[in-house]
Amino acid sequence: MVSKVSALADAGREPGPISTPVISVENVVHRYETRTALNGVSFEVHPAELFGLLGPNGSGKTTLFRILSTLMIPTSGRAVIMGCDAAQDAASLRRQIGVVFQAQSVDPKLTAYENLWHQGHLYGLRGSTLKKRIGEILTRVGLADRAKERVETFSGGMQRRIELGKGLLHYPGVLLLDEPTTGLDPGARRDLWQYLQILRDEEQVSVLVTTHLMEEAERCDRLAILNEGNLVALGTPAELKSEIGGDIIMLDAAHDATLLAEHIRARFRVETTVMENQVRIEREGGHRFVPDVVEAFPGEIQAISVSKPALEDVFIRRTGHKFWSEDREANSESDKKRKKRR
Amino acid sequence: MLPAFTLWWREIVRFYRQPTRVVGVLASPLVFWLVIGSGFGTSFRSGSGAGQQHYLDYFYPGALIMIVLFTSIFTMMSVIEDRKEGFLLSVLVAPVPRTAIVLGKVLGGTTLSAVQGMIFLIFAPFAGVHLQLLSVLLVAVVVFLVSFSLTALGFAIAWPMDSSQAFHAIVNLFLIPLWLLSGALFPLAGASGWIRIIMRLNPLTYGVEALRGLLYPGAETSFPLASAMATLALFSLIMFGLALLMVNRRSTRPAA
Repeated sequence: MVSKVSALADAGREPGPISTPVISVENVVHRYETRTALNGVSFEVHPAELFGLLGPNGSGKTTLFRILSTLMIPTSGRAVIMGCDAAQDAASLRRQIGVVFQAQSVDPKLTAYENLWHQGHLYGLRGSTLKKRIGEILTRVGLADRAKERVETFSGGMQRRIELGKGLLHYPGVLLLDEPTTGLDPGARRDLWQYLQILRDEEQVSVLVTTHLMEEAERCDRLAILNEGNLVALGTPAELKSEIGGDIIMLDAAHDATLLAEHIRARFRVETTVMENQVRIEREGGHRFVPDVVEAFPGEIQAISVSKPALEDVFIRRTGHKFWSEDREANSESDKKRKKRR
Repeated sequence: MLPAFTLWWREIVRFYRQPTRVVGVLASPLVFWLVIGSGFGTSFRSGSGAGQQHYLDYFYPGALIMIVLFTSIFTMMSVIEDRKEGFLLSVLVAPVPRTAIVLGKVLGGTTLSAVQGMIFLIFAPFAGVHLQLLSVLLVAVVVFLVSFSLTALGFAIAWPMDSSQAFHAIVNLFLIPLWLLSGALFPLAGASGWIRIIMRLNPLTYGVEALRGLLYPGAETSFPLASAMATLALFSLIMFGLALLMVNRRSTRPAA
């Protein structure tokens, strides 16, 4: 078993699109007592890939994350990372992965060095090997000069970097991160993502990161979009966006959006989607369509906008509703983010 | 063993880096003993049933056990804190056997409460106790066993809990009566009926009795030292087993 694992781990280091997937999720279903959190999700992550798991709160991405990080056993289906089954072979799998949780796992009462020292012991590193590795990691995350200071004196961004350092200490081939930028300011957020890209490029680490932020998803090599426990889209951000023909036209209806949509459908023979009091149309040459539609329905359109398709449009196209829909009142944390986004 | 060591080490470091905890540990035993002992002493001196002993002296072993009880149980509140933060998660996804997690945490709490219990021995001369080296060592063993079993019990209680309020509720409901009925406040011999049965079943009784026998060689005890210590060792094993049982329930439910 051990030799098989290391063989697969080596294969995982070779870049290239046709190599063995480092993570393969096969038809994973997870049910809690009353609801189904994952409803048969399958995808693969390739070596040295920055893979994003995008979904609103309640989409099942945290459940999937817990299954991948061996904290929960799926109701059915399989999750395999570097040849180890997350449910059956958790002990070997745990050596292969570095995990960064959304909640803070560094101990604020310990220094940066002590936190990594503690973490190293958990992974069986010790002595001078561990000491050397801690030095490397602290340099990597730019905190070598703060090694002897307690983590409680660090800024949020620096604490996150220590979290990341903890996840990387034992040379994992796969790094799993659950919404790693939660609570970070935009600058620290950008730094973290740049750092993930460096890891992928220089150390060929495969990175799986969950997020509910579109702008973060844009930075991934490939994406899986989850909605209510289902995989609704899988591909590179560019691929996903290119499936939307042309531009996105949004109309704010002055009176009744449903009625307006019906009229537009009848007159221009286009597909329309109604969302709250807005009508959404996908169409090539959006700028030419705007004057036509405004002239055709005087007084019924309050505002109109044309934009290039974004990932949110992919989500709308696949699910028929907005990423943050009104009926899905999430916790206050995501509420805050939602307001920021608007 | 290394993971258990590092978890133990973290408990200790966390303790001495919080000065208020250190002060509480050193000051509270003395305050408890003096206040409760003096108060009861003047109220019940005539009918205490503790022979010729002053009540402050009678109460001394019970006070020691109480210190150990409180420290042991409450250090394990850190299990709930670790769960609320992501710390516990990061330990659970590490390739560490669950036994090592329990051992590290429990030994950390045991060390703190046993050391606190032993510090309380400094006051022993004021309670009319004059100890030989051998009896100090035996007292240390008893204190360690009581600390270990209670810390393991605290771990088992804290593990499935998600709030420290719930933890407090359980502690108040079961553990304080456990101490009240351990012979700490009134002797087993003087109790009657069902109270006596409960006291005989209460593992803490054996801790109090063993300490009383060691500290006051002349005092009358209900059990020989060897059988009291054997009972404590057995209790420790059972509690550690219980903690292991709680931790090994890996399931399809969320771990945190």
